[in-house]
Amino acid sequence: MRSNLRLAGIISVAILLGLVACSPAPPTRAVVKEESQRHTAPDFALKDANGKMVHLADYKGKVVVLDFWATWCNPCMVEIPWFQEFQRKYKDRGFEVLGVSMDDDGWKAINPFVAKRKLNYRVVLGDDKTGDQYGGLEALPTTFVIDRNGRIASTHVGLPLAGKKEFEDAIQKLLEAPTLPPGDGAIRSDAARPDGSNAERRGSAHG
Amino acid sequence: MLLAQMAPTLSVAAPPTVKAKKGSVATVTFKAVLPPGFHANSNTPTDEYLIPLTLKWTGGPLQADGITYPKASQEKYSFSDKPLSVVTGEFSISTKFKVPAGAPAGPSAENGTLRYQACNDRMCFAPKTVPVTVSLNIE
Repeated sequence: MRSNLRLAGIISVAILLGLVACSPAPPTRAVVKEESQRHTAPDFALKDANGKMVHLADYKGKVVVLDFWATWCNPCMVEIPWFQEFQRKYKDRGFEVLGVSMDDDGWKAINPFVAKRKLNYRVVLGDDKTGDQYGGLEALPTTFVIDRNGRIASTHVGLPLAGKKEFEDAIQKLLEAPTLPPGDGAIRSDAARPDGSNAERRGSAHG
Repeated sequence: MLLAQMAPTLSVAAPPTVKAKKGSVATVTFKAVLPPGFHANSNTPTDEYLIPLTLKWTGGPLQADGITYPKASQEKYSFSDKPLSVVTGEFSISTKFKVPAGAPAGPSAENGTLRYQACNDRMCFAPKTVPVTVSLNIE
């Protein structure tokens, strides 16, 4: 009798855990990680609309909003005007937005969009390799805010709960922070993951 | 650590085997289901940049002669100023096929693909293409 009760209890707990695991977790606000918790942003080499190779490492010393987006992604369209505003507002303080388009149709899709929206920041064409380096990019928009030392300070998957402010708070905090001495932080060129995990987590989101 | 955001899978139910006579017209309907909380663009999205729901028949003895897509609903989402033309939940797609007089008698299959691009109210997922197969018995 007692063993039956125990078995029933174990099964109940297992079902409950299963339901919890299957339920979508509520979205949370992305926070700026403490410096000790940040991991170096993987470097990449991707071409811009003019065919010029752009390396993330070129941006070292600047605060960077690295935005993975696509022309077919409606929520991405909400963020783009924010990023244009940030580019205007903070460029002179050592800040850049870098858009990475994940459009399968490439520049044929991107160029008319960029012209129509008058994007004031650089856009490069992403690829699967870069997507994998950044956690698989299951969903768009996925945006990383990178500190002056090339480390990922915050990761935002989907539209942020706090809206534009979520990004702007992160940018301002990073712009005001002192930089690390040379050699203490560097954008790396290996395939390590932005969240510090290994490649076995491919396909899942991250942060 | 952010949430694991898994792309929604569109489930496509295979229709029952279609019995069709040579020289006739057959209509095939199959159902597809998107999980709750997700939507896909309809076959006539409201914006030129959006990826439409697209059924393509790629191989088989029949000749597709018109596709009827599900009636789209106009839904408003927090990320868009205007309503979007979308499909949600369970929906059906029908295709009218001509059965050529010279079609080989007996069992065969018509194969196609269904392309869709899904989002929820905060994010979008990469376009996906799923196979669609109709079993045939041509008499």
